[in-house]
Amino acid sequence: MSKTFKIGGIHPNDFKLTADKPIVWLDQPDKVQMMLYQQIGAPSICIVKVGDKLKKGQLIAEDGSFVSACQHAPISGTVTKIEKIRNTQGWYGEAVTIEADPDRGNDFMEASHPRTQEEVDALSVKEIIDIVDNRGVVGLGGATFPTRVKLLPPEGSKPEVIIVNAVECEPYLTCDDVLMRTYPNEIVKGIEVVMKVVNVKRAIIGIEDNKPEAIKIMRKAVEGRDDIKVVTLKKKYPQGGEKQLIAAVLGKEVKSGALPVSTGAVVNNVATIYTIFEAVYNDRPLIERVVTVTGPSLTNPGNFLATIGTPIRTLIEAAGGLPEDTGKVIAGGPMMGKAIVNIDAPTTKGMSGILVLPEAESHRKKEQVCIRCANCVNVCPMGLEPFLLSILAKKHNWEDCEKELVMNCIECGSCSYICPSHRPLLDYIKLGKQFVGGIIRNRNTKK
Amino acid sequence: MNVVLITIAVTTVIGLIAAVVLYFVAKKFHVHEDPRIAEIEELLPGANCGGCGRSGCHDFAVACATASSLEGLSCPVGGQTAMNGIAKIVGLASSSVSPKVAIIRCNGTCENRPHTSHYEGVGSCAIEGALYEGETDCIYGCLGGGDCVAACPYDAMSLDEETGLPVVDYSKCVGCGKCVAACPRHIPELVKRHETMVYVACGNRDKGALATKVCSVSCIGCGKCVRTCQHNAIKVTDFLARIDRDVCVACGECIVACPRHSILCKPKIEM
Amino acid sequence: MSNKLTVSVAPHIHTTNSVERCMWNVVIAMIPALIVSIYVFGLSALWVVLISVGASLLTEWAIDKFMFKRTPSITNGSALITGMLLAFNLPNILPWWMVVIGAVIAIGVGKMSFGGLGCNIWNPALVGRVFLLLSFPAAMTTWDSAVKSGVDATTSASIDASSGATMLATLKSHGHQLDSSQIDWWSLGIGDMNGCLGEVGSIAILIGLAYLLITRVITWHIPVAVIGATALSAWAFGCNPLLEILSGGLLLGAVFMATDYVTSPMSKKGQLIYGAMIGLITMIIRCYGSYPEGVSFAILLMNGFTPLINKYFKPRRFGEGGKR
Repeated sequence: MSKTFKIGGIHPNDFKLTADKPIVWLDQPDKVQMMLYQQIGAPSICIVKVGDKLKKGQLIAEDGSFVSACQHAPISGTVTKIEKIRNTQGWYGEAVTIEADPDRGNDFMEASHPRTQEEVDALSVKEIIDIVDNRGVVGLGGATFPTRVKLLPPEGSKPEVIIVNAVECEPYLTCDDVLMRTYPNEIVKGIEVVMKVVNVKRAIIGIEDNKPEAIKIMRKAVEGRDDIKVVTLKKKYPQGGEKQLIAAVLGKEVKSGALPVSTGAVVNNVATIYTIFEAVYNDRPLIERVVTVTGPSLTNPGNFLATIGTPIRTLIEAAGGLPEDTGKVIAGGPMMGKAIVNIDAPTTKGMSGILVLPEAESHRKKEQVCIRCANCVNVCPMGLEPFLLSILAKKHNWEDCEKELVMNCIECGSCSYICPSHRPLLDYIKLGKQFVGGIIRNRNTKK
Repeated sequence: MNVVLITIAVTTVIGLIAAVVLYFVAKKFHVHEDPRIAEIEELLPGANCGGCGRSGCHDFAVACATASSLEGLSCPVGGQTAMNGIAKIVGLASSSVSPKVAIIRCNGTCENRPHTSHYEGVGSCAIEGALYEGETDCIYGCLGGGDCVAACPYDAMSLDEETGLPVVDYSKCVGCGKCVAACPRHIPELVKRHETMVYVACGNRDKGALATKVCSVSCIGCGKCVRTCQHNAIKVTDFLARIDRDVCVACGECIVACPRHSILCKPKIEM
Repeated sequence: MSNKLTVSVAPHIHTTNSVERCMWNVVIAMIPALIVSIYVFGLSALWVVLISVGASLLTEWAIDKFMFKRTPSITNGSALITGMLLAFNLPNILPWWMVVIGAVIAIGVGKMSFGGLGCNIWNPALVGRVFLLLSFPAAMTTWDSAVKSGVDATTSASIDASSGATMLATLKSHGHQLDSSQIDWWSLGIGDMNGCLGEVGSIAILIGLAYLLITRVITWHIPVAVIGATALSAWAFGCNPLLEILSGGLLLGAVFMATDYVTSPMSKKGQLIYGAMIGLITMIIRCYGSYPEGVSFAILLMNGFTPLINKYFKPRRFGEGGKR
């Protein structure tokens, strides 16, 4: 019996067009732009200046605060500009532009000295955390939360188990799937490192049952082990949400307002685990990642190992070029990904997929009246009432929005997906979260 | 006949008893309120717009009745007439009110500022602005979602279909300031109603090259207006010209001088 | 790429479900019951349905067009359902003009006076039915004498089968105490007995319920709660539970009327309470009230409580349950 979480959830079509495509190494681009703000928390602080010669993998920005991350040069070359460029949403952000040297030759990484198993075993917990920090590892599931912070559970919490998030519940995306099929042993080694750092004896890899191949390969990789297990989960969106995954795997629910670690679980994305492996064993910083470039009208959709900082346009060209009828380009999956406005913006660490939708699929259907069918209530994985929250937010009734727990919303989009009246429920709930969040912050600072 | 008489008698008695009960109940539960509050409320518009900074007209009336001085208390809607009346009621010196109206500090019409993307979803600047920079490339300009229009309690604002910008109907605008609070980009501003006001209809704080790219009437901070102004009323900070309203005499020379036509003028409104 | 990129808030994909599809699924689910009613009552049943549906659609169209001055929304199928449900709640020999009045009241007062689809508090079809029941009590309780009452006349001479009484009226006159040997269970199942159009064919209604559940138009909560509570309270009141469920409009009400999206609660907990209360009130009216039938009143009463139920019975929030 496959497990799943209990409250709500939807079953959108898979659309995993790239499930059988191997990872394709893309040529290194001649020019990359490293955004200094591509993680949750504070922007990184740039330590290079225009004209500097950089080697691939060299540190270019240090973390700005505790919740921040380091950045590294994705290619060898010269810093040509440090200026504000537009990100995917059209906002300005500081970025370092590096142009590749024409004679870069065989582009090896500086300070790349692989560690043997013995050397890794000899590392202390603090040394590992320093490596993860110095190598700029952030959560690759989309939220880009600095991994170092996750590896240091807050005082008083007792982590018992590592949950590896290999659910990939978003339709279209296959980057985690293909990563597991390609590097199962590396991922297991990464899990061992994390278990050592967090000091737990147990790890669970949660994979949805629509990836039988990945389940088989991961099972084989952990064969005969008692400490690491693969759990097959019944396909249901949003199982990849941290709270939903804990509920599905452990049957425990994170209380409203509490940290997920209160259930004893530390959740890490499988791609993050792989990056930790690369950082610890191969001393490689996070400068490339697997990106699924997909879409119904693309001629050559695939899973690409892309250098971070490559323009999104280049990735789309690798997948057959931007189709004539493109209506929408999405960074991430179709359920939670952001529709982007600037496809010349560079890729960032958190970009797990690029989805190109044709014009015909880019538009919403006409909004109708709410018929109170309660579908949104039934599918909400947090047990909220989206129809009510959206009405309250529309009326700017922030007080009642807060009482109805608007801040518990994880913005999974299930309500907007399921609504037969095509009502923009999540639009209004996001508005509510924006205002109620501001009110709560104000109240807390006053105290 | 008897039936009719009994009916009349019974209803009369019931009526009398009810009247007596009601009388005593009214006496017992009477809440004493300063009668002047009701009088003041009569003078107020009663739209509860909050333009005075209070939560409604009643609140404002209570504040006036209990205040020791009317300084700082003003109803932007009722204006001087209302405040004079209130001053008479509470027996205090009237404070001077200068009525205000809202202006829109963005002239990025569809023609001046080409649309580069298409936003789909709820027509709300707050939602659109949280999602991305907006349908045009200008991250400072009007989003055209109509949050100000929705916020206006006097129906004084409307979105112009052709330009995509909000328009203020000065005959209805009372300067309550709701639109100023509602706009996530702080584009509306309150200015004096009875005076000619010159203002920079742009909020773009980017360098000239960037500002030029996104809009044909953006302020590029060239400083020509600063040099033109004989009263030293204009300063450029963050590549954006700002006019000091206390110094400006509304001569209009900067309007002519501005190469980007981003300085506009709100005429004097008589009534 | 020539056109501008579209930007909108996530999610970017959407279910293929729509209001129209929900409504048409309900219409499809009602077809078995419609076929049974035509089989039992003949073409007169079809006429009542057609008149009711026609009058409903016309009323909705006219009110949208001339009073609200908006694009008429009759294509979404909700007026069609109201018309069909109203007809299902009428006897086949009701004069045509009463059917029209019922439909106009159902749509005009029951639905459009609140603002149209999604805004009404009470189930429109039931508003129409109860209006007719209170205005024309005689006509609404006169049944086709050509159809038998569902009680086996040969076994009990005291029951006049040719009077055209419904099963419930017979039950009422016997203080809800009928010997089970007097009951023609087969007629109760296939609907070969007297009553309103839609309420006679129990098996047909259950087929409709199965269809609604399979297409996920409704969840099991309300029908199960209504039927379960009816059975339980019938047993408590000393009646025959199965007979109470199969006779009268109980099944029709539990499957098609109580489950109306607009007028039923949103949370699972709320739906169970709402359904259970309908069952209980129905049995109280049937056993202790003056009317033989109580489903319509019970549903209307609980419709009125729906906003309150929505307020106090919230769905189970994430984080409140699970292992600790």
